[in-house]
Amino acid sequence: MSIEQQPTPENNKVNTANTVKKLVLVVFAMFGFGFALVPLYDVFCDITGLNGKTSTTAANVNEAGIDESRTITVQFISRTAKGIPWQFEPMVNEIKVHPGEMKLVKFYAKNESPNAIVGQAVPSVSPGQAAVYFQKIECFCFNSQPLKAQEDVEMALQFYVDTELPEEVTTITLSYTLYDITSSVET
Amino acid sequence: MTTEAIHDSHEHDDHHDHKMTGIKRWLYTTNHKDIGTLYLWFAFIMLLVGGALAMGIRAELFQPGLQLMEPDFFNQLTTVHGLIMVFGAIMPAFTGFANWMIPMMIGAPDMALPRMNNWSFWILPFAFAILLSSFFMDSGAPNFGWTFYAPLSSTYSNGSTAFFVFAVHIMGVSSIMGAINVIVTIMNMRAPGMTYMKMPLFVWTFFITAYLLIAVMPVLAGVVTMLLTDTYFGTSFFDAAGGGDPVMFQHIFWFFGHPEVYIMILPAFGIVSTIIPAFARKRLFGYSSMVYATASIAFLSFIVWAHHMFTTGMPLFGELFFMYCTMLIAVPTGVKVFNWVATMWRGSMSFEVPMLFSIAFVILFTIGGFSGLMLAMTPIDFQYHDTYFVVAHFHYVLVTGSLFSIFAGTYYWLPKWTGNMYSDKLSKAHFWCSLISVNLLFFPMHFLGLAGMPRRIPDYALQFADFNMWVSIGGFAFGLSQLIFLAVVIKCIKGGEKAEAKPWDGAEGLEWTVPSPAPYHTFETPPKID
Repeated sequence: MSIEQQPTPENNKVNTANTVKKLVLVVFAMFGFGFALVPLYDVFCDITGLNGKTSTTAANVNEAGIDESRTITVQFISRTAKGIPWQFEPMVNEIKVHPGEMKLVKFYAKNESPNAIVGQAVPSVSPGQAAVYFQKIECFCFNSQPLKAQEDVEMALQFYVDTELPEEVTTITLSYTLYDITSSVET
Repeated sequence: MTTEAIHDSHEHDDHHDHKMTGIKRWLYTTNHKDIGTLYLWFAFIMLLVGGALAMGIRAELFQPGLQLMEPDFFNQLTTVHGLIMVFGAIMPAFTGFANWMIPMMIGAPDMALPRMNNWSFWILPFAFAILLSSFFMDSGAPNFGWTFYAPLSSTYSNGSTAFFVFAVHIMGVSSIMGAINVIVTIMNMRAPGMTYMKMPLFVWTFFITAYLLIAVMPVLAGVVTMLLTDTYFGTSFFDAAGGGDPVMFQHIFWFFGHPEVYIMILPAFGIVSTIIPAFARKRLFGYSSMVYATASIAFLSFIVWAHHMFTTGMPLFGELFFMYCTMLIAVPTGVKVFNWVATMWRGSMSFEVPMLFSIAFVILFTIGGFSGLMLAMTPIDFQYHDTYFVVAHFHYVLVTGSLFSIFAGTYYWLPKWTGNMYSDKLSKAHFWCSLISVNLLFFPMHFLGLAGMPRRIPDYALQFADFNMWVSIGGFAFGLSQLIFLAVVIKCIKGGEKAEAKPWDGAEGLEWTVPSPAPYHTFETPPKID
């Protein structure tokens, strides 16, 4: 309807129906967009490494050589999420590595409850920009860890820091949070 | 639908209003004026409910230490207070204004979709009944803050998450339907000659608000749905143990949340831009710049969400981007404040109650805007984050901003709605009591926040005791002042000096061309606009 035209019930009805259709489409599109933000967020973080998430798959062995001119401090911290009665801690708190150099460290976990529990460690790297340069060849966080009552285990992490690591990063903190995933494993 | 509505009104026009009587009139009504009235009363009741919860909060904070309630119940009060005020009081009040005024302002006989209009109002009471009923459950009401950050609302929820989620779903559906109705009405039902750039500013601001609503309310519906499946169906959108990310919750939530704050303030801009010219007896200064400023604020609101999350460990570039974009919003907002002041400049001003509330709005909203600018600066935000400074900031923009504009608008159009003038003395008493108490209530919160008092905590360190006592006294006084407002409105409905069709000599707009009270049906034949 042009603005000068007298509105008649007929053209009004058609216009109304058309506008409503378009707007309802927008509503559904935006509802979908809300969910699309989830994969978009993951992709964005994957590319930029912003949220400190490390790769969930094993990296290849380093072939770029060792950069002995730099020394990086790698710190390990661990915490248990609410509701998992495990003892969980790194066996070394801090090591020094050259970029490219392979290292093996161990974490200790003990199930202190009278029940069998499946634990899952989730890693996070700080500063976030270092996450994509932290290469894990072998990590207990790739799989879940079942422990029977009072059972304990030493869990291995084999890693190297990529030689491409930005100059300004001298310390990397790797934090593991341990979650109880018993219920979701059973179902 | 529209055709029938128009036909109906034509037939009835010749006899009388032909309303149903009693409760049926309100349950079955498709009349935009009736629905507007329902929205406004509902919003006022919710204001009192949310206010009562706030009184509980202030009573607990009157003295240091825990006197009246468990911390968990305190958390329930702050959470439900926020939800009720945002979704129950401010938003429905503006929708009420939109229903009452937009058809009359653009010369349309009714809203475009009158039956959907009825539906979008009548699902609201159910939403809030669901939300409030959780207070009476064993688990208690939602206690995770109105922002319902995961995992507080999923893993660590007290069991009220389902009630919360379904209530928000219904509120969202209601808002979306209301918004669609407004857009369709404005696009298709303007009187001949009512071009877009001739529309009153309230129509413009609500038009843009309605677009914001249909853009972000579905995202809110999405995020609460993810929360629901995370909590009860074992998905891991926000659960780190299953590969999700709790920070992502904040991103999605604030993608909705930031446009939401403009949804609550843009209609206020429209109301104030209508009232100030009427009592300054001058045309609004810079009409088109007002329209463009509103549109730019709406656009910018989509790219600033992460300024709510500076402390989550964002990279420097992100912090800079969101800081600059946020500060950019001060430019169109500054244009608006400038235009309001320029409209008053050398006007023949008179100070009736709507004008008093509007001037208070301009000054106090600007204070809220300035504290917002301070919060926008990333390094400063690290200190202010989650303190009472933030509480002071958003209450200045939402209470002395949005709520004051709602009072201003009510006093401005009340003669048109009821046909009677209200008591000048009582309404001025309401204004002055509100003005003084609201500043006593919120101004000291700035200093409490700067001194480091955290928000959402039922107890505080001893050095905050004096200020908190004054804040609480201000809070009780502000709460009681709203009973004066109730008295003014009820007295005005019951009777009083008869209002003329145009009780304010400087007022402009089509709504003043119809008699007071506005007849049940107006503009069955479109008015001519030159």
